[in-house]
Amino acid sequence: MKSGLFGFLFAMWILILVGGGIVVTILGPISVSGFGESDLFIGSVIKAIIAIILVVIWILILSKLKNLIFKKEIKS
Amino acid sequence: MIELILPAVASCIVAFFVVFVMTPPLIKFLEKRNQSVKDINKKEDVMIVRPGGPSIIVGIIASEIVLYTFLQLNEILAIIITTSAAFVIGYIDDRKVMSGWFKPVALAFAAIPIIALGAYDSNLAFPLFGTVQIPVLYLALIVFMIPITGNTINSIDVLNGVASGFMVIASFSLSICLFIVQNYEIAIVSLPLGFVSLAFYKYHKIPSKIFPGDSGALTFGAMYGAIAIVGGVEILAAVALLPAVINSFLFLSSVKRIVEHRQVKGKPVEHTDDFRLKATDDKTAPVTLVRLILAGGPLSEKQVGFAIFKLGIFSGILAIITAFMMGVSL
Repeated sequence: MKSGLFGFLFAMWILILVGGGIVVTILGPISVSGFGESDLFIGSVIKAIIAIILVVIWILILSKLKNLIFKKEIKS
Repeated sequence: MIELILPAVASCIVAFFVVFVMTPPLIKFLEKRNQSVKDINKKEDVMIVRPGGPSIIVGIIASEIVLYTFLQLNEILAIIITTSAAFVIGYIDDRKVMSGWFKPVALAFAAIPIIALGAYDSNLAFPLFGTVQIPVLYLALIVFMIPITGNTINSIDVLNGVASGFMVIASFSLSICLFIVQNYEIAIVSLPLGFVSLAFYKYHKIPSKIFPGDSGALTFGAMYGAIAIVGGVEILAAVALLPAVINSFLFLSSVKRIVEHRQVKGKPVEHTDDFRLKATDDKTAPVTLVRLILAGGPLSEKQVGFAIFKLGIFSGILAIITAFMMGVSL
């Protein structure tokens, strides 16, 4: 059982590393122009929406992993 | 670097001994006032006083003031104010049971001093891939971070010594990470948290003489979150805190709403005849870290605590590896 928990911790760590790569690759280059002083605000809103979507995907993957690793324990 | 040694040593001594000396009189004071709760994991009717938050916050404020006299950093002020606010929020919850939403919302307001004092850098640093600039989004991150770390530590405060012992491991791991990424000033600012936790662990470890209460747990968690933000090591802090994050994640994903632990009807853990802990078959009970640890069979309270500490050491090592990866770029 404990190896399952260590495995889940390790999987979370990998997901954080991969998620970081996706955030830097996708969110980093986003910049909006042509809206004057609103450029920064609109750019931030777009980044926020993408970040929320990424977090939701991250949580969904984590839930699937949880069910996979702790299948027996959670059903009992 | 050399000039930081004196403030570091002075603040660590103050942090440790203030809590070490102040906690026994606090225990006597709370005993006289009959501010105690039953330790549900003991066979006998054992009453334990709470909250230990006052000695924890005094230790933190005293040691950070020592550091401020040497370093005069806005970051120290931000940590002191945010942590003190978290203590007050926790103390209110210790005295009067508040709704499940009270703590997250109030802790979000506790994060405001960090923003007001400009004690943050809006570049979010990731290992291997570099940094991303998110100036507006980062403000939201600050407001979310303090409630998350505060409640995460609070949610792991379920057995004798676990919250303070886990905090010792996580905070020293975070300090090592800060040294690795060469943020020496904030590394030194973070050290008192580990020493305060260590001194409190002396009285909190099994068999507990005092519980930290919400005021103590939220103080630990909020200071940890504030250090992560002002030190620009949010990701490293999250990695070091992973076992507690897993506990919150498992709880929330099984309960599917923000609710106080005491409001959940199903019990995830019960006792064997010899009063060891065992996982229940109750389908309405939330899935928690302790329940998963016990899925392999009954264990004593001490064994479960050490299992959590082992997970804490594992995630601390992962955080240190991640800190080394911060200097590597793909």
